[in-house]
Amino acid sequence: MKFGVVRFPGSCDDVDAVLAAGRVGEAVMLWHGDRDLQGVDAVVVPGGFSYGDYLRPGAIARFAPVMEAVGEFARDGGLVLGICNGFQVLCEAGLLPGALLPNVSLRFVCRQVQVEVMSEYSPFTRACPLGEPLSIPVKHTTGRYYAPDSDPHGCGVRRLADTQILLRYAPGQNPNGSDRDIAGVCNAAGNVFGLMPHPEHAVDPLTGSSDGLWIFESIRAHVADRVAA
Amino acid sequence: MRARVLVRPKAGILDPQGQAVERALPALGFSGVANVHIGRLIELDVEDPGRLPEMCERLLANPLVEEYEIVESL
Repeated sequence: MKFGVVRFPGSCDDVDAVLAAGRVGEAVMLWHGDRDLQGVDAVVVPGGFSYGDYLRPGAIARFAPVMEAVGEFARDGGLVLGICNGFQVLCEAGLLPGALLPNVSLRFVCRQVQVEVMSEYSPFTRACPLGEPLSIPVKHTTGRYYAPDSDPHGCGVRRLADTQILLRYAPGQNPNGSDRDIAGVCNAAGNVFGLMPHPEHAVDPLTGSSDGLWIFESIRAHVADRVAA
Repeated sequence: MRARVLVRPKAGILDPQGQAVERALPALGFSGVANVHIGRLIELDVEDPGRLPEMCERLLANPLVEEYEIVESL
């Protein structure tokens, strides 16, 4: 199983993502200017400040050459995981529904949060222990998820189905004012997933929690099943 | 041609920046202020202003959460 982690100018969690993915499989870095995904089985769009987050977070990164390839990869059913800035990039690229807005507090939040896993079947959460929240850190300023169906005038915009909500902040833990405590959503097909918490920063008990590994392990298990089938 | 694009949060979308300023003004003695919204101003020279709406839809604004207004010929 081979993960590819996209590196944009301004990415800063790319190395942690490679190290985290490397705990369950092989992991390589993908350059934003290349269209070649090097035959990876899953793509991770990491956190950071791609292209300085100019204009809006993710607004410029979506036009990077590598994102064309990631789009095709996703349309062919490939697994794509977007973390924090990566989530923002995938929303801007239209690979995920909705948008991320400035935190209600207008402040940068950096803390450990408990998130509840809403689906045991998704390729991104299938290995998570049932009924147990994950302890994963968040660190962002623009993480308030806005779902398209919360717009009363959003005629013609596809509704976000409840089954697309894969992660929610546990009661009282919402750090940014996200709609319905949403911490992570997938696309309608279920193969593209974005989340604000950082699973790649929670892969070793030394730093407080290794719950983030379940996300990477889920992807590995899914790809292994697909290869076996 | 010089053009100006105004981008602002859509009506109904919580605008915490606007709210913060709305609360700060009375603290300085400026009363009677309501409905403060904060957006972005983009100025640009364009050869074909007819393409401005497409530029707004595809990059300058996120139509899901923002609305834009094009002011031409400054």
